[in-house]
Amino acid sequence: MFPDKLNIPLGKSVNALVDWLVVNYGDAFEAFADALLTVLVWLEHLLRAAPWWLVIAIIAAIAYHASRSWKTTLGLALAMVAIGTLGLWDKAMQTLALMIIATGLSVIIGIPVGIGMAMSNKLRAVMIPLLDMMQTMPSFVYLIPALMLFGLGKVPAIIATVIYASPPVIRLTDLGIRLVDKEVLEASRSFGASRGQILWGVQLPLALPNIMAGINQTTMMSISMVVIASMIGARGLGEQVLTGIQRLDVGQGVEAGIAIVLLAVVFDRIGQSYGKKSRHSAKAGDGA
Amino acid sequence: MSYIDIRNIYKIFGPNPQKALTLAQKGENKNDILTQTGHTVGLSNVSLSIEQGETFVVMGLSGSGKSTLIRHLNRLIDPTAGEILFGGENILNMTTARLNAFRRAKLGMVFQRFGLLPHCTVLDNVAYGLKIQKTDRQKRQDAARKWIERVGLAGYEDSFPDELSGGMQQRVGLARALTTNPEVLLMDEAFSALDPLIRSDMQDELMKLQSELHKTIVFITHDLDEALKLGDRIAILKDGAMIQVGRPEEIVMKPADDYVRAFTRDINRSRVLRAKTLMMPIDDNTQQAGSGDWPEIAADMRLEDILPIAIACPAGINVVNHKQQRIGTLSKDQVIAALAA
Ligand SMILES: Nc1ncnc2c1ncn2[C@@H]1O[C@H](COP(=O)(O)OP(=O)(O)O)[C@@H](O)[C@H]1O
Ligand SMILES: [Mg+2]
Repeated sequence: MFPDKLNIPLGKSVNALVDWLVVNYGDAFEAFADALLTVLVWLEHLLRAAPWWLVIAIIAAIAYHASRSWKTTLGLALAMVAIGTLGLWDKAMQTLALMIIATGLSVIIGIPVGIGMAMSNKLRAVMIPLLDMMQTMPSFVYLIPALMLFGLGKVPAIIATVIYASPPVIRLTDLGIRLVDKEVLEASRSFGASRGQILWGVQLPLALPNIMAGINQTTMMSISMVVIASMIGARGLGEQVLTGIQRLDVGQGVEAGIAIVLLAVVFDRIGQSYGKKSRHSAKAGDGA
Repeated sequence: MSYIDIRNIYKIFGPNPQKALTLAQKGENKNDILTQTGHTVGLSNVSLSIEQGETFVVMGLSGSGKSTLIRHLNRLIDPTAGEILFGGENILNMTTARLNAFRRAKLGMVFQRFGLLPHCTVLDNVAYGLKIQKTDRQKRQDAARKWIERVGLAGYEDSFPDELSGGMQQRVGLARALTTNPEVLLMDEAFSALDPLIRSDMQDELMKLQSELHKTIVFITHDLDEALKLGDRIAILKDGAMIQVGRPEEIVMKPADDYVRAFTRDINRSRVLRAKTLMMPIDDNTQQAGSGDWPEIAADMRLEDILPIAIACPAGINVVNHKQQRIGTLSKDQVIAALAA
């Protein structure tokens, strides 16, 4: 038996910290939550109100732009139609909105953090264990404080999804920049390029294939969070799975599960096609 | 004062260079310092003066500090101790902004593995230096086109680097360095990655360009033939220390130590040695000026070209300077002795 005297009350300190945050910064969190919610509600409304064929046409157009292949485009459009035939179109649009916002937020936060890590070994030393923690910690552990700070609903669901899904884009941005050929960087510096010119003209374009791979992984991970997110009040396909389990309605669970997989496939194919394209252009593409 | 002055540069690689620096300043050698402190000595007490318009070659084996040295001239690497002066200004005192302005205005660099931007076309690569200077698009592309043509790559403007052969890629590298019209060209083993025939072409091309442009060129190589062909003067590095600096003939005729001698052993001496170095100078007092029937040759004629003349006219040869004044004599025996040495 490990002696009780050596017990460090970490749990208590964390509780105290969360309480302190709620008391002192409650308003700030609320303002942030409101802003996020406004954007999400707007997007959700837009997607649900838009005619289904228009949504499919837009996704098909993106798929074609990414892949330049009619076969892929047709396949992905059919996958979206299949979601509709399962009777889950409306739920899928709710999930899509949540996913787009969570992925967008992950990328907006993740790329600058990744750049920072590539530039500073100190930041990197701090971030690596933090990222490991974000990926291995069971999501319920940070769902609780997220609930306490933001209340039940869509915002904590987004926060939890961002925490879970942002590590790949951060890691791969860092890696991509660090892998840029040292001699190319020296050449750029030798011509008197400033840090900004090196970042925008050399490091980011050459890191792009890795960054795209990171964005793709982040997207996939945010889709995989939809069921867990629905436990704290996010609507959509995850909710269908959840109520299916609760009512022992296996059929409903399977239907929703298939819809989630189809959505994931659509985004994975689009993401991978963009990844391939950037790999090509980083090697011998359309100039900068 | 010379155009470029490097004074007592030390470069120690590692997190705590002070102790290793003290040892290096006491004259300890690179290996001992590495075992004692775990720090690598990149350069140890290197001083150099480079004149405007000369081609200055730095030579040494791999790991001798050549790349480290040339990177000090544009401060891609900062020294642990010492001074670097350009036209009297200590570049180590420059702020980042001033340093970038200095690099843009004065320096161009060519790299061993080319260092081209893989995602940009040949045209954009060559225009890169001007883009950094925020020259407008039309102007920089015009300048780039001119240099692309000059290095013989007209028609490849829209190609990407990985579509070109090594020799062509290095022509892009050379054009890129010249497009900003720098005073100084830094070339780190620029031709070492190329096949021998292409390397020789590029050397000729560089010599031709230099005869028109009169840049100050600092050229790094591990190949003595290349050094002798291109260099007005040659410096030899060993384990980060400067062993010898001199004109090509001096390096070949009077190698400072066994390290230099090992370099010169396999060299074709007849290509390096010139009439001026071999001749018996004419003594001003005695005026024993050879004979009027002897042929006259220029003072900078190479031994390989003198040899057939010496065989045809065994009696003797007059050596004249650029004003056609006789400054010395050569006999057939002297020529043969020089070859045999
Ligand atoms: N960034 C670095 N960190 C540690 N050691 C280095 C670094 N750069 C060069 N060195 C060491 O400095 C010495 C000189 O290297 P370098 O200048 O590249 O030689 P060369 O160009 O003549 O082959 C070598 O022993 C090399 O290992
Ligand atoms: Mg080198």
